[in-house]
This record gives sequence, C-alpha cells and structure tokens, in this order.
Amino acid sequence: MKPEFVRNAAGRAVLKVINGETAVPYRGVGAHTPEGRKAAPPLARCADYPADGNKVVADLKTALQMAGLRDGMTISSHHHFRNGDLVANQVFDAAAELGAKDLRWFPSASFPCHEPMIRHLDSGVIHHIEGSMNGPLGAYASEGKMRGTGVLRSHGGRYQAIQDGEVHVDIAVIAAPTSDPFGNCNGVQGPSACGGLGFALADAQYADRVIVVTDNLVPFPCVPWQIMGNHVDFVVVMDKIGEPEKIVSGTTNITKSPDRLLIAELTARFVEAAGILRDGFSFQAGAGGTSLAFAIFLRDMMRARNIRARFVRGGSTRYLVDMLEEGLTDYILDGQTFDLAGVTSMRDNPRHIHTNPFVSYNYHNKGNIASMVDVVVLGATEVDVNFNANVVTHSDGRLLHGIGGWQNCLFSKCTILPIPSFRDRIPVIVDEVTTLCGPGELIDVIVTERGIAINPMRTDLIAATQGSGLPIRPIEDIKSDVEALCGGAPDKPAFTDNVIAAIKWVDGTVIDVVRQVGE
Amino acid sequence: MNSAEAGRAGKGVRSDCLVRITEAGVEGLRITLKSKVEVLYGRANRALLDELCAHFDLSGVDVAVEDSGALPYTIAARMETAVRRLRGKAAPWLPPAWTGEVPLSRRDRFRRSRLYLPGNDPKLAINAGVHGADGLILDLEDSVAPAEKDAARILVRNALRALDFMGAERMVRINQLPLGLEDLDAVIPQNPDLILIPKVETPEQVREVDAHIRALTGDDGREVFLMPIIESAKGAVHAYDIASACGSVVALAIGLEDYTADIGAERTLEGKESLWMRGAVLNAARAAGVQAIDTVFSDVTDMEGLLASVREAKALGFDGKGCIHPRQIPVVHEGFAPTEAEITRAKKIVRAFDAAEREGLGVVSLGSKMIDPPVVKRAQRTITMAVTAGILPEDWKEQDDEA
Repeated sequence: MKPEFVRNAAGRAVLKVINGETAVPYRGVGAHTPEGRKAAPPLARCADYPADGNKVVADLKTALQMAGLRDGMTISSHHHFRNGDLVANQVFDAAAELGAKDLRWFPSASFPCHEPMIRHLDSGVIHHIEGSMNGPLGAYASEGKMRGTGVLRSHGGRYQAIQDGEVHVDIAVIAAPTSDPFGNCNGVQGPSACGGLGFALADAQYADRVIVVTDNLVPFPCVPWQIMGNHVDFVVVMDKIGEPEKIVSGTTNITKSPDRLLIAELTARFVEAAGILRDGFSFQAGAGGTSLAFAIFLRDMMRARNIRARFVRGGSTRYLVDMLEEGLTDYILDGQTFDLAGVTSMRDNPRHIHTNPFVSYNYHNKGNIASMVDVVVLGATEVDVNFNANVVTHSDGRLLHGIGGWQNCLFSKCTILPIPSFRDRIPVIVDEVTTLCGPGELIDVIVTERGIAINPMRTDLIAATQGSGLPIRPIEDIKSDVEALCGGAPDKPAFTDNVIAAIKWVDGTVIDVVRQVGE
Repeated sequence: MNSAEAGRAGKGVRSDCLVRITEAGVEGLRITLKSKVEVLYGRANRALLDELCAHFDLSGVDVAVEDSGALPYTIAARMETAVRRLRGKAAPWLPPAWTGEVPLSRRDRFRRSRLYLPGNDPKLAINAGVHGADGLILDLEDSVAPAEKDAARILVRNALRALDFMGAERMVRINQLPLGLEDLDAVIPQNPDLILIPKVETPEQVREVDAHIRALTGDDGREVFLMPIIESAKGAVHAYDIASACGSVVALAIGLEDYTADIGAERTLEGKESLWMRGAVLNAARAAGVQAIDTVFSDVTDMEGLLASVREAKALGFDGKGCIHPRQIPVVHEGFAPTEAEITRAKKIVRAFDAAEREGLGVVSLGSKMIDPPVVKRAQRTITMAVTAGILPEDWKEQDDEA
C-alpha cells in the first residue's frame, strides 16, 4: 500500500498513518487541543504481590516471562548511562531467547553502545525503534533497513505520548543504580550512580508491567525513592548495569575551539546586553562544549556584577555544581546529570533538585518549567533563514541526534542557538532545513562566529541590544558570507520516497518526516 | 612511475585535502575523489577538479584527491603544488577573489594585536578574521617545515585572495632572504598590506625587500608596508638604521626566542635579559617615527600573565604585541586600552585643542599650561583607541555636553 501524505501547518508533507496508526499533522504552536483523559495502567491488587515486599526474581528472562512477554509488544527501556548502558541490549537478548518477535523498542534514548540491537532488528525480534537514533542505529535506519517507521520524540513528547495513551507500554524496564526488593529505587547511590531517574517516571506510572534492574540491592527502604516501588512488578539483580564513567560521553568538556569560545562569549554578552542577566534570573545550558563555555562566561559576568540566579536548569555538570556551591544560583533543577560531580551534588545537596519530564517538559500539562526559564541555549545542526531549526539529521540527510529536551526548551522566554556558521565547509544556515524539528517562531537568536541574527519577530530583543556594539546582522547576510566562502550554496541530499522516521512535535503531532537517503 | 603529492588527509585533518598525481603511462586522465562533503559539494568539487586539470593541462595521469572539507582555494592550492612538484612548474590558478569590502591599510593604523597563522594549515586561517585582531599574519617562516615552503606559499597566496580578513591588516611573514624573495613573487600580486621580514640585521636587507616589492607592484601606486623583526644582537644594534631604511617601514617588531639564544641568555618570564634590547628597539622605532611592537607571549593558557605582560609593554611605550592564539587578542586589546585617567586627561586636551582651533589660536593651552603638538596628537590617539576598544562612545563630545 502506498503511504498517504498530508501537508502540515509548517508546509511539510507528513505521513497520515504511522506504523498502522493514524497520526495528527502538526497544526502550529499551541494549535492542537488534546481531548479525553489520560491513559492508565491496569488495576492491580496487593494479594498478587509478595506481602514481605520482596519482588526479586532470578533474572531478566524470568522477569520478562512473568510479565507476559508476547509478540508485538512495546518494551520501553530507560537508563541514564547514555553511552554506558549495559541493560537494554540484555533485555532484547533475553526476549530473543524467549522467541519474541515484532517488538517495538521504546527507549528514552539510544546510543552507539546499542549497536547490537541491529542483530535483533535484522532477525525480526525488534520491529522498529521509537526513540532517538544515532551512530550505527541512525545509519541503519537512514538506509531504510528498519521494517517499521522510527518515531522521534522530545523528552516531554515521550512523557506526553505515554500519558495520552498514544504509546502504550506493555513492559517497562528501568535500570536503577540502587533499589530495594520492593522496587523503590534511585539513581544517586551505588556503584553505577548516574543521577536522577526522572525520564523513567512515565514508564513507571503508565506501563502494564514494570521491571527494575539494579546492581545495588539494598534492604527496604531505599532512600530517596525517586521511583516508588508501588509501581514496580519485578526486581532483577545484575552484576553491572552501566558504566557511569561513560555518562560523560565526551560532551562535558568546555570547548577549546577558539571559534566556539568566541560564539559562547558573544552569547553571554548578548544575554547581558538584552537585560536578561539580572538578580533572580534563570537559565538553561546543556552539556555541549559551547553551552558549557557560555555558562562559564555567564558565571564570570555574574560574579563581576554580583548577580545571583534563582535557578539553573541542567543537565548538570561540575561547572553548574560549582556555581551552586559558590552561591551564584539558589537551585539547580536537574533532569539528568552529565558528569559524576553532578551525580554527587544531586545526592548530597538539598538545593540540587531532581526533576522529571512531567514537571519540566510535558506539554499536555497544567504548565511546565520550560516556559518559565529566562534564557536557554541550545544546539542545532541546521537553521534556515526563517529561524526554523533541525537537530536530528545531518546536512547529508542521515539521522544524527535525538531531540532530547530541545523542542521543549524552545518555550523559554529567550531561545538562543549558538552555532558555528559552517562546519568543515558545510554551511549551517540554509534556505530550508533538511528536517524541521523546531518552528522558527520559537527560536529567537542565532549566534555565530560571524555575527548574531535576531528573529525579526523579537522586536524587543532587537531594541534592547541596539547600540550594544555586538555584531548583530541579518541572518541572510551571514548565510551569503558563508556561501561565498564555501564555494556556493551546497547541494541538497538526495532522498528516496521511503519514510524512515517521523518527528513528533511536543503535542504529539507530526512536524516532519525523515526519508531514506539516496545512493 | 613518477608521482607527487601535496596537502594532508587522515584522522584529525580538517579543511585540507591530499592531492596525489601519478603518471599513468597511458593517455587520458583519471580523477578519483573521496570527500567528507561528497553529498553537499561533490558536484562542485568535481567541476573544480575538471577545471584545474584543464588549466594545468594534465593528461596521462591519475589524480587522486582525499578531501576533508577543504575550501575551493585550498583544493586549488594543493593541486597546483602537486603539479609543480611533479613537473617543476605550474601556471598559477587563482581562486575567485573575496568580493566583500577590503579596507586599505594606513601607516599609522592600530597594530595592538597581530595573530600568527601557520601558513600551511588552512583550518586556522579560514575564520581567523572573526577574532578581531588588528592584523593577521599568514606565516611562511618558522611555522612551515622546510619541505612545505612551496606548498605554503601557494596556499597563502590563495588565502589572501579568497578569504575575508574582516578588516584586519593582511600581513605575511616571509622567509629570510633569498627564499623570502620567492615568497614575495607569490604573495605581492595578491595585495597584502604588510610584509614582516624576519631576523633583520641590516638596513640593506630591508631595502632589498622594498626594492623587490616595488619591482613587483610597478607603478600601481600601492604601498606595501614593512615590519622588520629584530631577533639578534646585531639587529638590535642596527635598529635605528633598520627602522629608517626606507619609507615603507611602519613598525619594528621584536623576536625574543632567537635574541636570547643569540646573546647567550635564558629567556625568563620577567625578561630582564631582554630589557636593554626592548628599550633599544623601542627607542630606535620612536626616533625613526615608526611603531614599536613587542614580542609574543607564549603561554596560551595564562591569560593573567599575558595581561600583565601587555600592561608592561604598554608602560614601556610599545604599541602592540604578537598573538599566537585567538583568545589572546581580547586580552591584548584590554591591556593596551587607555585607563580612565588617561581618557579623562586626553578628553581635556582634545577639547582644549578644539577651543584653540575655534578661536584661531596657534597655541593650545590647558589652564596655565601650554600643550605641545605631540601631546595633542597622543591624546587624539588615546581617544581613538578608547573608541575602538568600545570604552568610549564615538559621540562622546555630545554625550558629555548633555551630561
């Protein structure tokens, strides 16, 4: 059957039906109204669980069997180890041994360490992945080898999809660095401590069956319990669930590139010139090298002007932790930690608050934290002249990154993308993004080493920074300079008609699709 | 089979390419291209390679290009170098010139910071202009290995044409003579603003460079400024003669690594061993009416040390400092920026000068004190520098009047 397309409000042709289910095309920011009630897990009763609270079973295979693993189920997996996860691969190894087929893997994120999943995709154990895909899995999907259509969601969108019943999780597997036999668990203690378990909240709340996997079983009670054992069916103990040293994933070092340092410095100066830097303000800076450098420049300005933030959003790193300890911010509100200093701080510092996508990012909610943040700096692989941005595909059309919290953070009062104007000859500012992930109306400022472009819609920011001495230029001028340097506008990648993945907006609508790359 | 190659490829290489030309012994031309940017610029690269092969009249050869995102001017330079290495000569192929504004330099422009860029590494030069240095030096001397001098010369020539220097003075450091004369042949037609001459010991060397440049520029009326670098005991002794060797000299610079070795001293952070020489060069420069530029600060991680070193250079009377990392540039500018007291005083003098002009007086006076013309000139320069550094608004007179 030939797939049917519909043009969404952003002008993108998107699938009407994805993996057999009808999808809603993107309608614009805030234009889609959800209806009905939240999903709910089945009712349970205490009589079916050990009265002594001991839910430990022999191994993953046993737990999956007891959870009623069947063909076609949706298995979610959650871990905070980024590229150091040791659990998800074992879940599907066990499922394969049990002869399961056509499973939907619904991870909170996939990383290059999940390359072994390709075997299960090839053999039919996994039908398709709904979650970020990069590295080997991204290449696999980009080449059209996955049977189903991938679905990429933001952190908030993942919560929303589960909450709204758009994705029903049959079995959730949560990697928990410390748990008690009842399933109360946290991410801040134990040899594999990784920080919070916030991303697993939706899985725990809404899945039919919940399996906690740990390598550090402690007697009841496990305190703090970031996830309550009352959600949990089974507990599995393993030798090692993750490699916390790989949480770092090479991203939490400040950039040494002089160009990126300049971009970070210009970003901080912009924030100051725009009047955002004032007592009680808040900011969010991710763990990329440029974002970290921005935080350092901002910190120095805060010190010099004796300014204190009310809160800072992570993912935290030792640099944010230092700011908290120095009293430059009252709180860190943190969904995930990117280095071990962040983990320790979350455990020991009561002002380092553990958050989850429900409170931070879920769009089908009575408000969330993301829109309260004064300024957020985010990355992007491409931005177009209308400030639309792409974070999931490389300019050559291949899946490169997950969305993470990126889409959710766009709702901040001021969204800045500090990005180089070109990477290895590849211009970053284009006429039209390869894949639309964030609408330009939510993206306020692009900071490149060749100048700062302000979204013409933000007349307030334009007025505030006039006469600041900052190199503010029209986005088209930066684009044409870079194209002159790089030898003209780049060619577009060639795609086949085959859609390999859909990109969801924060409200569950389809904002774009990714097609298979051509020969 | 004869073959030749130029450029670099492999892990860690960016913005460069490796071109290998091999004589195939049969008719025809075979071009193979492996590129990191194949999807986006494969078509453009193939068209460029076809054009280059036609220009260099290549046939009966295999041309293999391994590209790590090189810009067109780099691909062309590597190709030209490989052809030269194979045949001993190649007619230059010039990339399209940058079409943006390229301001002309001036004798007395600020030369607070000048950033050294290794001439044979394209990666660092492409974006060098964004860091706001007063001058960018494409270096053909110490940063280039002897076997790569030919490659660097062609790459620098193309860079001078193709890149946007964003208002920085376009400088080239040539090799010592006689090799430096070949460098001039390549770069002078591409309009550099200034040539740094290394290890100058006599005024004759400067005059030889000047004459060579004049022969190349002919009657086009363009002036190429010279900045001799004093790096030896003998050079220091001849500093005044060097500074006044010809009218093109606009500044004297100092190189301390070679100088300290030459006098048999160890280079220290505090620099007592070079104090006499710096003073001598500074005095010679001033006597000859040219700028005096201090040496580089080589610890790129020590920004506080750099700032102290710049402040010391300023206190001694120097106009500028060399930079070996872009992040040093803002620190150098901060160090040379006039202090508040200097600005206040300079404002008073400039206003007194304005008043004298208005009233048609020949003499400028502040209170009961007469102000000499060099002091007025210095005050004007202080004001310009404060405006350039962004610490004084351009319309300070109006703003002060309103206040």
